[in-house]
Amino acid sequence: MKLHEYQAKRIFARYGVPIPAGEVANTAAQAREIAQRLGKPAVIKSQVLVGGRGKAGGIKVAKTPDEAETLADQILGMEIKGLKVKRVLVDEAADIQDEIYLGMIVDRERRRVAMMASSEGGVDIEEVAATHPDAIKTIYIDPFLGIKPYQAIAVASALGIPPDQTRAFTKIATGLYRAFIESDADLAEINPLAVTGGGQLLAVDGKMVLDDNALFRHPDLEEMRDLAEEAPAETEARINGLSYVKLDGEIGCMVNGAGLAMATMDIVKHFGGSPANFLDIGGGAKSDKVAAALRIILSDPNVKAVLFNIFGGITRCDEVARGILVALEEVKPAVPMVARLVGTNEAEGRAILAEAQMITATTLADAAQKAVAAAKAR
Amino acid sequence: MSILVNKDTRLIVQGLTGREGKFHAEQMIAYGTHIVAGVTPGKGGESVLDVPIFNTVAEAVSATAANVSIIYVPARFAPDAILEAADAGVALVVCITEGVPVIDMITVRAYIDTTSTRLVGPNCPGVITPGEAKVGIMPGHIHMPGPVGIVSRSGTLTYEAVAALSEIGIGQSTVVGIGGDPVIGTKFIDVLEMFERDVETKHVVMIGEIGGNDEERAAEFIRQHMKTPVTGFIAGQTAPPGKRMGHAGAIISGGQGTAAEKIKALEAVGVPVAHHPGEIAEMVARRL
Repeated sequence: MKLHEYQAKRIFARYGVPIPAGEVANTAAQAREIAQRLGKPAVIKSQVLVGGRGKAGGIKVAKTPDEAETLADQILGMEIKGLKVKRVLVDEAADIQDEIYLGMIVDRERRRVAMMASSEGGVDIEEVAATHPDAIKTIYIDPFLGIKPYQAIAVASALGIPPDQTRAFTKIATGLYRAFIESDADLAEINPLAVTGGGQLLAVDGKMVLDDNALFRHPDLEEMRDLAEEAPAETEARINGLSYVKLDGEIGCMVNGAGLAMATMDIVKHFGGSPANFLDIGGGAKSDKVAAALRIILSDPNVKAVLFNIFGGITRCDEVARGILVALEEVKPAVPMVARLVGTNEAEGRAILAEAQMITATTLADAAQKAVAAAKAR
Repeated sequence: MSILVNKDTRLIVQGLTGREGKFHAEQMIAYGTHIVAGVTPGKGGESVLDVPIFNTVAEAVSATAANVSIIYVPARFAPDAILEAADAGVALVVCITEGVPVIDMITVRAYIDTTSTRLVGPNCPGVITPGEAKVGIMPGHIHMPGPVGIVSRSGTLTYEAVAALSEIGIGQSTVVGIGGDPVIGTKFIDVLEMFERDVETKHVVMIGEIGGNDEERAAEFIRQHMKTPVTGFIAGQTAPPGKRMGHAGAIISGGQGTAAEKIKALEAVGVPVAHHPGEIAEMVARRL
């Protein structure tokens, strides 16, 4: 789950990371009031869950409350990469002399939380990694020890942070690590960590992505989810316990198992079609779940055919087939359906579906080709 | 021979009194797996499916000399269950549970590494040595004993490959599902090494997917250490970047972990990669 900048920065602040004074506004008038209260030039920052807000014109500096209102009015309602701006963060503008990158991720290979830092802040770390890998200092944190002062000092030294700011930097690095661990983050990033004219360190921008699997123990963080930023189909999938990712193609895919679901998308492409989605209905595949999955797939107007690929293991094919029938009755799709059910009780399952006038197939290759042909015929 | 589990496996089921645990224990017993104990705190002294239940793994081990444990407890209790099994000296722990927080797995794995326990999973279908022992949730009947070792990050995709092999009369030595999470107990390299040492495994099928770089590491290991031929498959060629594809670990992040990179790495070391799952069995048949 992605958090907005203002949410991430508020979490960081709880762990002692200094952030600019600022508040969130839903209207231009509110932005004006906040700028007035700040009494200083302010940055008006669109709050949408995508990168590249600055380039899209979603971040502007206002010298006066009047200007804050005008700019907020421009930014609110604008679309950035397909997402409508519904609120802006009005932050006190910082006097930025220098920009540092400070981020944390889980390093899968080393099985450690890694802290990465670069003196080239303000740009994407991937870009720095590609062009100046030497400019990135990485430390790996022992889960039993946590981040130790010497590690933070080593990062500060590599970044060329002056000695009088090293203590402040150590506090920020430690705070970011604690925020990461205690929020169960997948990613936590301060970019840039600004060095101000007054020699202060300030987290001017923040980003956080949380581990969905750990949200059960963070009800306060779960509440921060912005449903407006999630595609309605993805929200419905999440509520129904389905894994769904929308793609650009025209063949809807309903599969049990994540690996098989990916392989099904791939084979559709292999035979000249394009997948409309990734969807894993998981084990069991009861009719209500199948119906929800079918509704979600068909809510995409691009879908011209639906491919069911079910490997019945412990799940029985006849049971799944009945689930599909109930779902078809409820959803009444207008596009052709191709079903490939194999495994336990496959003959019974196929017989049930043949009565429902579904196109059936035995191999995945056959099913994919039939789905591609059915979609092209429309 | 085989790897990890066999007819000498003496299995504990952690979470045997739960719905999932009981259902799968029944299937495992039907397959012929020797389940010697169940563990559910507070239910010691009871019995389920004629299997005695103990309060702790340590008690179960000392009473039954169990050597493998399988975990079916909910995600929030799974890290503790893994640590408990490791502390009780169980040699192999298979964690089926899906949805374990990654921060927990970092700590669990770091602790496990200080013990002699091997962990498989979490978020995996388990391990089966056809005809000997099924320690997992895979459908037993699609398997048959034979010369092909399979290691995979996925569940149903693996069943697909197994069923296709069995259909043309090619059996499996052991099939290992290592799981789809970012931090897991046993990786491709660990299993490849075991298959390489196993005299009965004449061919290995490796089924990977997007995310991380374990397949690339495996390719390097194959180049340096393996004489047994390997056939590969990588799922997720059409997966978009930055989106999690069901498995917590299946995500292309920062341009890293694409299917194209993994296929290239495998092909570069002489591992042919199937275009789709249906090709896997045909390729193995040609190369055996």
